[in-house]
Amino acid sequence: MSQSQTATLAADDITLAHRQFIVAANLSLHLPTAQVTAIVGPNGCGKSTLLNGLARIHAPKRGSVLLDGKDIHRLPSKEVARKLALLPQDNTAPEGLTVADLVRFGRQPHQGWMAQWSKEDQRAFDQAIQAADVAGLADRALDTLSGGQRQRAWIAMSVAQQTPLLLLDEPTSALDLGHQIEVFELIRALSGQGKTIAMVVHDLASACRYADHMVAMKNGTIIEEGAPAEIVSPELVQELYGVSCDLIHDPATGSPLLVNVRRNP
Amino acid sequence: MLNALSPTSVVASRAFFPPLLAAGFLLLLVVLASLLYGAGPVSASDAMAALMANGTEEAWFVVTELRLPRTIIALITGLALGLAGALLQSMTRNPLAEPGLLGVSAGSGFAVALAILLGATTATLTTLSAQLGALAGCALVIAATRVQGLGNDPVRLVLAGATMTGLLLALTSMLMLMDQRAADEIRFWITGSVAGKPLSMLWATLPSITLALVLIAIVARPLAAMALGEKAAVGLGHHPGRIRFLITFTVALLVGSATALAGPLIFVGLVVPFIARAFSGPDIRKTLWLCVPVGPAVVLGADVLSRLIAAPAEMPLGVVTALIGAPVLLAIVRAGRMPSL
Repeated sequence: MSQSQTATLAADDITLAHRQFIVAANLSLHLPTAQVTAIVGPNGCGKSTLLNGLARIHAPKRGSVLLDGKDIHRLPSKEVARKLALLPQDNTAPEGLTVADLVRFGRQPHQGWMAQWSKEDQRAFDQAIQAADVAGLADRALDTLSGGQRQRAWIAMSVAQQTPLLLLDEPTSALDLGHQIEVFELIRALSGQGKTIAMVVHDLASACRYADHMVAMKNGTIIEEGAPAEIVSPELVQELYGVSCDLIHDPATGSPLLVNVRRNP
Repeated sequence: MLNALSPTSVVASRAFFPPLLAAGFLLLLVVLASLLYGAGPVSASDAMAALMANGTEEAWFVVTELRLPRTIIALITGLALGLAGALLQSMTRNPLAEPGLLGVSAGSGFAVALAILLGATTATLTTLSAQLGALAGCALVIAATRVQGLGNDPVRLVLAGATMTGLLLALTSMLMLMDQRAADEIRFWITGSVAGKPLSMLWATLPSITLALVLIAIVARPLAAMALGEKAAVGLGHHPGRIRFLITFTVALLVGSATALAGPLIFVGLVVPFIARAFSGPDIRKTLWLCVPVGPAVVLGADVLSRLIAAPAEMPLGVVTALIGAPVLLAIVRAGRMPSL
């Protein structure tokens, strides 16, 4: 993986709003380098809004998002795109677009207006389709792929961007278990190669299993933050989702496992 | 300069250059036909001789003074409308978004009619009012696409456009009742024709067309990325809001120029990108490239037909493009599944 540089991303006391309605207030967050951060919480807690805020999609009403210590909204968007890749949830692809077409888009932030497809672009392209294991699918149209394959193709695009930071909004939301594992293991592998990753995850169990760092949100605030093994507790689950559960540790991986999840008596 | 538009194809998933060359060749044939057949008492063989520089003086005059300007005006009109249609369709992600169908051309036509009524006589004034009218029309369309239930339904957006067009045509007719002299001029111009148009009109539109081409070279790459979704485009470092603004402006320049040249022609902006997309696939950059030969070929081809169908009389170009375009529209709508852009 050739992303020589690293970058830091942090939120400094940001407040995010949709029009007048404040969705998340006074959030501060620092993404640990080369680790996977999962943002979890109940529906409508503002986790996607926070991710969009970090990705400069959503400008904060107050406070600032700092990329390498500089206000992300004051940096040229293209420069940001060389450090931070985003995989949104509502992405679309025109009919007939191939995996190779899609992955090539990842090189746009690196191409000047005049620039042709360079050797460097080709190298990044090759690495990306290898890393996401979509080389064999390069000429296939996206609409002919399985959900997991398609999501890996999108991740390949962001890998081709060669950014030290990667943000993903519910990367596995519409996938079945097998495809979820496929995508999460790819995310782990990318983090193993040095990427700093943050993802919104719907499913607490997956977050426990695949994240190094967990950010738990409720009603627009961060209520707990830390390694899953340290912060996940029946009390936290109770507070986040209003359900009772017991906690055991996965004998194979040591990550916390929720069992006997039930409505409150 | 045009590298920014190049599709940078490494794994050639679709052959792109053969259709481009074929369309270019077809365009050459149509240009030749346009110079050989048509108004003026000069047969095809006489015109051919004139082109080979050994024809009569009369043939030379007819070919270079009558048919050549008309040919050039048709080419530019086709170029402008084809590109405008492709841009509008890509931006609104609606395969039916066509300047003519959405009322942009009618807005432009109404503005010109108003200008004529108010006594505008110069080509520059006509062009400017056509472009302002197109800009107003574009702004309305963009506003309409933001209305829930309208923007995401291609057919309903076209219905809204048809309503606009009907209203604007009625208003234009009203203007024609107000002044007999202006009415004749407006009527001549509003049916849609490239016959007997002064070259001064061409000179008046060329700066706008050139500017539009430069803008297209700038927006093509971000526009292609916007097909991946708004957020994905931001993630790649683009500014969708700015791009939409530039495209709206570009479409207004193009449609305004085309309307000033040939009157409000509908369906051209639908048919040309439809043909181009069939060969280019989903990448708007390739589609735009293909529109460059296809647009002029379609309009000029329709113009040649307009001279031949009812010879020695001529059928208005607007009638021919409608005859060609209506079945294409029906085909797209009836395909059951709208192609998603």
